[in-house]
Amino acid sequence: MSETPSKDKMQCNGLSAWFGSKQALKNINLTVKANSVTAIIGPSGCGKSTLVRCFNRMHELIPNSKIEGKVLLDGENIYADHVDPVLIRRRVGMVFQKPNPFPTMSIYDNVAAGLKLTGVKKGKNLDDIVKQSLEKAHLWDEVKDDLKKSGTSISGGQQQRLCIARAIALQPEVILMDEPCSALDPIATAKIEELIVSLKRDYTVVVVTHNMQQAARVSDFTAFLYLGQLVEYGATISVFENPKSELTEKYITGKFG
Amino acid sequence: MNQTLSYDNLFKLLTAIIAASAAVILIVNAYTLSTGALPVLQRFGGYFFIGTQWNPVPGREIFGALPYLLGTLVTSAIALLIGVPLSLGIAIFLVEMAPKTVKVPISYLVELLAAVPSVIYGLWGLFVFRFWILNYIETPLSTYLGWIPVFSGTPFGLDVFSAGVILAIMIIPTVSSVSREVIQAVPDSLREAAYSIGATKWEVTRHWVLSYGRSGIFGAVILGLGRAVGETMAVTMVIGNAIGPAAVPTSLFKPSQTMSSLIANGFLEATPASLELPAYIGVGLILLLLALSINIIAHMMVTRVLKVKGGGAVE
Repeated sequence: MSETPSKDKMQCNGLSAWFGSKQALKNINLTVKANSVTAIIGPSGCGKSTLVRCFNRMHELIPNSKIEGKVLLDGENIYADHVDPVLIRRRVGMVFQKPNPFPTMSIYDNVAAGLKLTGVKKGKNLDDIVKQSLEKAHLWDEVKDDLKKSGTSISGGQQQRLCIARAIALQPEVILMDEPCSALDPIATAKIEELIVSLKRDYTVVVVTHNMQQAARVSDFTAFLYLGQLVEYGATISVFENPKSELTEKYITGKFG
Repeated sequence: MNQTLSYDNLFKLLTAIIAASAAVILIVNAYTLSTGALPVLQRFGGYFFIGTQWNPVPGREIFGALPYLLGTLVTSAIALLIGVPLSLGIAIFLVEMAPKTVKVPISYLVELLAAVPSVIYGLWGLFVFRFWILNYIETPLSTYLGWIPVFSGTPFGLDVFSAGVILAIMIIPTVSSVSREVIQAVPDSLREAAYSIGATKWEVTRHWVLSYGRSGIFGAVILGLGRAVGETMAVTMVIGNAIGPAAVPTSLFKPSQTMSSLIANGFLEATPASLELPAYIGVGLILLLLALSINIIAHMMVTRVLKVKGGGAVE
């Protein structure tokens, strides 16, 4: 994959992040290619979730958090003073570790919620976007007769796909997934993985995972993070088959982690 | 082994008796009020609930509790209208916005408001606060909007409106601390999800946090209402203590009377062996029923929220 050069979608330049006085990321430099799946792997607490949360300015919602360095989206620094984080989050969507559909809303409203915030009115147009988003999230056939049911009335795997549909509905450019399968059973996981691969046709996907087989199955590029530092980054095949760093090799062969 | 068991059983029995005493007190209370009020209810029947006359002079006795029931409801409604938005503002600020260094002292201060004895609120209302209300709110409103019936009359600061405002201050600790708990119980994953689809802080609070916690917040409001309905001392000192048809709260700027202030004012001086005493007890019975139903509703609303939380709708 690395042979076919494609556009740089997102880039971190010298990115460091803190929670209070604890530094979670140390000087990360990384480029995410457009229409690819980039996996971020590493042991618990290595900063992988923090890294993706810096990609859509979710990190700053945590009290006392701090960031240094730049994150570029299409070459533009999303941390520049004039940039509104709300607009960034519409362009860079997010799916979380535990499925978190809005419990007080119907399946339909879960998908439509983001668009309603942007002022899209009820009607055919909204109905179409909801349907397309659910189709892209491979969920439409399972819920098309139950759109009015609560977003939490469906199974965990379906809820996670509903969350993906909710992100897709805003027509983002990048979709960040923070361990999207860690709360799901193997069958639901397989469905999400299949979905991740299909999403890169239209979107750039960054997926955090602690499951190395998953990274190997779905991603084109893999970044290995350890203690807040980027140890290795490259095409998934070369990272897994021919790691440059001894640390990476130890991690992917299961010697620690 | 057997001995331990029997001690345990004894302990169980003791605690059960102590726990049951709460229910017994409530039942005895309700029974006493019902039997005490019986003579008045028998004599005046429905008039006691819908009548406005109040005359304890023996031979010309007539008792209607409606003005005081209305007085209680109107002052409590004013307390909610003013107190609830303030309390919600406090709760939202404390949970969603305040840094920890501000949050802890402010929560503590707000809760301290509840520790101020109500007679202090009454004194402050009588000697200080009423003049602020009179000069800065009531006089301008009655000068310019006096043609609207609720603002009619010549204000002098001891009236329905003052009582409502004092009550509003007094319910703030209850409403704000319960709604703070409710808002705090809203899972962060819900907020994160809302932020991730591009909601602003205002939208997250309005569409997600308040909507998720709505029945708990409703419970908080009802608890505040319960406090406002039962409050006696402070209200007695600022409401003007009108009696009879004059006490019907037709204007905000008119003296009136609540059920609790009526009882507090008249009970000790009631003519013995007349129907006056049963009349006060009857008013007490209405007050007890109102307060009980309000608290039962509040309890049901609040536990419903905690159940939703425990059931793990999101987390």
